[in-house]
Amino acid sequence: MNDSVLKTLTVSFLVCFLCSLIVSYTAVSLRNMQNLNKLNDQRIKILKTAAIYNPNKSIEFQFSRLTPKFVNFSTGNLLDAYGEYDLNTYDPVYFSKQSEHSTPIPVSEDIAIVKNKENIGKIYLLKDSSNNLEKIILPIRGYGLWGTLFGYIAIDKDLNTIKGLEFYAHKETPGLGAEVDNPKWKSLWDGKSIYKDGEVKISVIKGKVDPSNQMASYQVDGLSGATLTSRGVTNMLVFWFGESGYKETLKNINYDS
Amino acid sequence: MTVKQYKEVLSRPLLEENPITLQILGICSALAVTSNLSVTLVMCVALTSVVSFSNLFISIIRNYIPSSVRIIVQMTIIASLVMVVDELLKAYDYETSKKLTVFVGLIITNCIVMGRAEAFAMKEKPFISFLDGLGNGLGYSIILIAVAIVRELFGAGTLMGYEILPLVSNGGWYLGNNLLLLPPSSFILIGLMIWGIRVFKADQVELNEYKLSEHATAPDLSKRELNV
Repeated sequence: MNDSVLKTLTVSFLVCFLCSLIVSYTAVSLRNMQNLNKLNDQRIKILKTAAIYNPNKSIEFQFSRLTPKFVNFSTGNLLDAYGEYDLNTYDPVYFSKQSEHSTPIPVSEDIAIVKNKENIGKIYLLKDSSNNLEKIILPIRGYGLWGTLFGYIAIDKDLNTIKGLEFYAHKETPGLGAEVDNPKWKSLWDGKSIYKDGEVKISVIKGKVDPSNQMASYQVDGLSGATLTSRGVTNMLVFWFGESGYKETLKNINYDS
Repeated sequence: MTVKQYKEVLSRPLLEENPITLQILGICSALAVTSNLSVTLVMCVALTSVVSFSNLFISIIRNYIPSSVRIIVQMTIIASLVMVVDELLKAYDYETSKKLTVFVGLIITNCIVMGRAEAFAMKEKPFISFLDGLGNGLGYSIILIAVAIVRELFGAGTLMGYEILPLVSNGGWYLGNNLLLLPPSSFILIGLMIWGIRVFKADQVELNEYKLSEHATAPDLSKRELNV
């Protein structure tokens, strides 16, 4: 009896219908929570880059210390408004994939294999209690070995000293390239300088930095066994701090902005 | 069904009929998610709940499932459960769900889930099927947790993210075994476990399907006749 065409169709239909109800109900009812998780995950990374993250305090509250700003890459100006977009929810990575909001980078200039750059970026300013600029947090991304690394870099108010580096998404090999997440390696970046005579000189070198070398403050130890990831990080910094990145923007940031 | 039978259904998959070490099922996720104990625990809870509830629901409707479409009906139920678990993880344990990535979704193709549905839940009553699923999920979990403890402790020097053996790279004395952090090491560990279990439980050793032929020996050169 179970194998009649009618019964087969009825049972299949009912099972599918019930299952789809349950799955869609869970998905819809949990969506807000999932989106909040995703947002907080990014925010925690930004707070960690700025070195002001405290797991015991509300993320919302801590994040309110940061002032987001739009960045016009072609003029280097900081903007408070861009079309109808909300500064708090604007996602530069998403807009870099929309052809009407992004510009393809010529292959000759695209050392970090970013491919498309959003026209309008977003950065964060950290100010101290008397409203003076303390740090600037810039989103960066670039190709490593297996895929694009996405992260944030914090620089000091002198616009030249690195204060922190964090990656929130990458596909590098665990134990080798994925050591970009190693707290010890990340701590090496604190205090390194970016520009020398207007040129981006910061780089991840092979092996250990020799402290007596006059370039030592522009160099970071390489990740052993991950030459391509290390090179990717260097290229990414050269790209984002260069002419096609934030170089113009940084010139426009005043100490009291 | 007596209490004794219930107990047996629940406990046999732990060691005697362990899905991983006896039936060699569910190996794929045992390789992929065991480099970190806390991730492994979440995966074990996810798989155990999926296999228990899929057994329960399939058993409830077993008398109405037409045999011509039974596999696809089972798959629909299993896939729905996995999607629900995935959504729950994304909402309540986002950190771990980020680390588990596709492996939660891949529970759908885990042979243990399908195997128990087809071999047990299609024939037995709902409650005992649920226990069978639970037992098999726990059997899977025991092996995964054991593998994860070895891999995380000796690979990264930590357990559940807490430092146990301070690594040289962090200023300690322990040089982590990087092989243990890569998936193939689980193969070696599970292989050693299967060997260990079968030393004590000889009835788990499979009979040879074919008898190996004698080794061919090299000709004795000293007795060879020279044709010169």
